[in-house]
This record gives sequence, structure tokens and C-alpha cells, in this order.
Amino acid sequence: MNWKTFYALLSRDGHVARRNLLPMLLQNLLQPLLLTFVFGRILTAGGMMQAGYKTVLLPGVMAISMVLSGVQAVAMPLITEFQFTREIEDRLLAPMEIGWLAVEKIAAGMVQALVAGLVVIPAAWLTMGSGVHFHFRPVEFAVICLLVAMFSAAGGLALGCSVGPTQIGLMFSLVLAPMMMFGCAYYPWSFLSKFPVLQYAVLINPLVYASEGLRGTLTESDHINTMVVIAALAAINIILLVVGLKKFHSKAVS
Amino acid sequence: MGIGIRIENLRKVYDTPPPSAARGAGFSFMAQRSTGPKEKKEKKKKFEVVALDGISLEMRPGEVFGLLGPNGAGKSTTIGVLTTRTRPTSGRAFIGEFDVWKEQVKAKRLIGVVPQRPNLDFALTAREVLLFHGAYFGQSSREREHRTQTLLEQFKLTERADDMVRNFSGGMMQRISIARAMMHDPQVLFLDEPSAGLDPQTRLLLWDIVRDYNRLGKTIVLTTHDMGEADSLCHRLAIIDHGRIISQGTPRELKASIPGGYLLRLRFDHAPEELLAALRSLPGVTEVRSADHIAADVYADRGGPLISGIVTAAQAAQAELRDVHIAEPSLETLFLHHTGRSLRD
Repeated sequence: MNWKTFYALLSRDGHVARRNLLPMLLQNLLQPLLLTFVFGRILTAGGMMQAGYKTVLLPGVMAISMVLSGVQAVAMPLITEFQFTREIEDRLLAPMEIGWLAVEKIAAGMVQALVAGLVVIPAAWLTMGSGVHFHFRPVEFAVICLLVAMFSAAGGLALGCSVGPTQIGLMFSLVLAPMMMFGCAYYPWSFLSKFPVLQYAVLINPLVYASEGLRGTLTESDHINTMVVIAALAAINIILLVVGLKKFHSKAVS
Repeated sequence: MGIGIRIENLRKVYDTPPPSAARGAGFSFMAQRSTGPKEKKEKKKKFEVVALDGISLEMRPGEVFGLLGPNGAGKSTTIGVLTTRTRPTSGRAFIGEFDVWKEQVKAKRLIGVVPQRPNLDFALTAREVLLFHGAYFGQSSREREHRTQTLLEQFKLTERADDMVRNFSGGMMQRISIARAMMHDPQVLFLDEPSAGLDPQTRLLLWDIVRDYNRLGKTIVLTTHDMGEADSLCHRLAIIDHGRIISQGTPRELKASIPGGYLLRLRFDHAPEELLAALRSLPGVTEVRSADHIAADVYADRGGPLISGIVTAAQAAQAELRDVHIAEPSLETLFLHHTGRSLRD
């Protein structure tokens, strides 16, 4: 392992991310925040939603933003860099085992996911006005945040190495959209009890654990047990890391 | 102290279509199905392309070595294996003492690669491309800055140094690619069809740069399908076709191996039959073809030494020799001779 090279690669990604900071934030945060405004403010103010919904919604919006940011921060550049221009080649030729380049991508993606998540809390809170009831458990919250950031970046790696540039639209409508809708971001998992099949089917969706985990460590609303969430996220992380690294290797070496 | 390269019985069989242009544009070799009838039966549906079919080569420290062959011959795959970017199916390759597949990191430190088509990091400016490349190789920031400045000047890119490389023209991208490959001062420089798509002027600039770099004792490996380039740049050559080495040696040795490789194009005021017969009987002449009763194409194993005989024969036939052109044996004729097809086919 060559730390100098690893650090140089990381600073390259940091440099590019800083250059694209504003468009990136808009891309990842605008949609969730608009949604927050409609559901958390307009509908609650008009009485169509109960005021307590704000507290349910905020952790979910944060989970969605983190996951979208992490996935996109890793997957989108990879899709471009692996296509015919092979922009990534220079970095594959850097004096370091190529697996570490994938690890570096995950690290950079995690940072972006964490930044997005931390920006969303105040932004969503402001958008909804008062009425969110926080109940903060810092240690568990930090653990959940790290695990969520990691699974989104590792998921981005796996997706980015499996999807071609022509399938990006498909990736959004087939993978990311259902993931967001069935990710328990807009409702707690317990609300699905009226749809028992769905309630257990959604458990394969990692976003469920992200939403429920943040809900449990940020607020006092209904949520899946935090320890269960941590275990599930850890397992998902391991699977995505293995799959992602494998895909990366087969994509990087012909 | 230069670094040599050794390739031992290298085979590469692709079992999935190689990513199009993975190593650049012209990655379109001819599909060669395995020929054994038994094998064929077993793997009937399996995709299989033999890109390298047992290549062994030795490139000496400090030489300019050329891999010459048509598109799809296996040149880029050879470069791919030597630069750790392609996994060999069997056989081994060494950069210096390091096995390129088993000791990738050590091998990568020694090499610089100019790909067939520029694969620059489009998210960066020209200066940043060089600076970050230096950083990947652990250069200190002062060293990086200094070397970047030098290379930008050498490649006449200083004015555009802070523009995004995605807006560069093809020739500029090629130049920054070469500068990038030299950034960490590698002992071995690989250039995959470096002059494809360059205008003649830039091509000459490139040749000068390659020669200068070679003078520093660096080993240079380049692929080309341009005979002139191979001839003027390379100390030694290997001709590759269908994943096999057909012939190797210095350009001169290779050309000398063509029987009757010289072509003398003669023009007379008139060329009677007796003159043609006299030309046929000159030593070393293998064939004489005449056209329009004034011209004769003489194929022979020598060029200049035949002239006096030709002049004597013309005088004897009372014909006047008006024009002579001697075409030396070229690599093009060599390739034709060995493969039965032209390089451009």
C-alpha cells in the first residue's frame, strides 16, 4: 500500500469535487428539499398532514440525500471514466495495487455523502419551519452515518462498474427510484404493517436501514431497533464492497 | 543504466469481447477460433479471440523497439500486458527484473505509457494533469511544479496550460499525453501508435522528442503500422501478425531478408526486345517487366551495382537511358513478402 499515491488520488477527487461543488449540491439536495417543503410545510400547514410528520420526514430526507450523493459521487464518474475515453487509465497506472483505487473512490464518495447528509439537517429544518423534535444519540448517530455513507459509496462502485453510459437513465428509473419510494424515507417501516408482504420485501432495500437508523438516532419516532439496523448495514456493506471490488477489477483489467 | 524487457511465450485469449477501444481505438483484431475439431466442439458457443499466440521477445536496455503490424495484429495487446493493463492467459513478461503481472506496482514505477487514443483526465486542466500525475508517483510539490513547467514548455503547451484538456484539439491531447507519460521520468516509455492522426509537422516533433528521450538511455517501445516511422525511428523491429511474431531484427536486416527486394524503374527512348533480354541476363535480376516499349521495371537483389550493366546493355541495343529510379527494399515489401498482404489491408 502506497499512502502517498492514495493521498494524491484522494486529493485529485477532492479537487474535482470542489470545482463541481455547487452543481453537485444542487443536483443532490434540491429535489429532497423541495419534497420536504411540499410535504413537511405546505401539507402540514394546510392540515392535510399531521405536524408530527415533520419529525418522521427529516431523517428520511437525510438518508435519501446521503445515499443519492454517495452513489452518484462514485458511480457517475466511474461510468464516464470507464467508457471509451478510458480516463481512469492514468490512475490505474499509478504505482499502487488497483484495488486501492476503488477503495479511494469509496473514501471520496463517503466524504461527499457525509457532507450532503450534514447539509440536509439544517436545510430541511429551515425548509419545514419549526416543529421537528430532535432526540439526538451522538455515538449511534455517527456510526449509522458512517455505515450509510459507506454503503452508498460501495453501492456506487458496484453500480458504476456494472452500468454503461447508455443505461444511466435506466439505472435511475429501475434502481434508484424504487429504492427511494420503498426506502421508508417518507414513512416509518412500521406503517407497512398493513402490507405484510411488502413490509418484508423492502428489507432487502438498504435505504430502509438508513432511514430507520437515522430516525432512531436523530428523533424519537417509531423505528427499527438501532442494533438491528447497524448489523444489517454492516452486512450490506460487506456484500457491496465485495461485489464492487470484484466488478471494478474485471472492468479495470482486460 | 537502461531497463530491458523480456516476453516469454505470451498468450492472450479473450473470452469476452474486449471492451471496445479499451486500449484505444483500433482494437479490432481478427477473430481466430480455436482450430482443433475437438476443442471447437466443446467450446462451440464460447466467444474466443486469440490476440497473442505465443509471443517471445527481448527488448534491450536503451533501444527503440518497434512492434509493426496491421490493425488487430496483437500490438496493443502486447503493450497492454507489458503495462499491467491486460492479464496474460499464459506466459510471462518482465520489465527489468519484475514480472509485470506479479509485481505490478514495481513494474508500474518503471514505465510511462502513451495510449493509442488520449485518455486524459477530462476533469482537469493541462497543468493539473501533469501535477497530479507527478503526485501519483510521489514527487514532491517543488519537483512537480518544476517538471510540469519544463514539459509544458518543451511541448509548446504553456499558453493553454490552464485550460481544461477536454477542450483541446487532437494533436494537443496527444502532446499532453506524451508529456504526462514522461512526467515521472520512466525508464521505459511505451507509445501505442503515437503518430496516428498527427499532422506531418507534429509527427516530426514527436520523433525528435522520442529520439531525445532515448538518448538519455531510456528504452522505448512503440507500435506502428507506418513503415516509414518504424524505419526511421526503431533500432530493432518485430513484425506481428495474427498474434505471432513473423520476423524480427534491425530494419536493415529485415529488409535484407527479402529476396530480390530492389526495384529499378528504368526509362529509355525505346526498349527493344533484345535490350529486355540483356537486362534479364544481368546478375541478380529476378524479373523484368516492360511497358509501352520505353519503360522497364527490373526486380533484382541489388540496386546501384546494376547500373553500369544496364548502361552497357542500353548502348549495345542502341537505346538511350533517360531515367533511373532505385527503390530500396522497404518494410512494406517485407510485410507483403511474409504475410502475402499489405499492411493497410
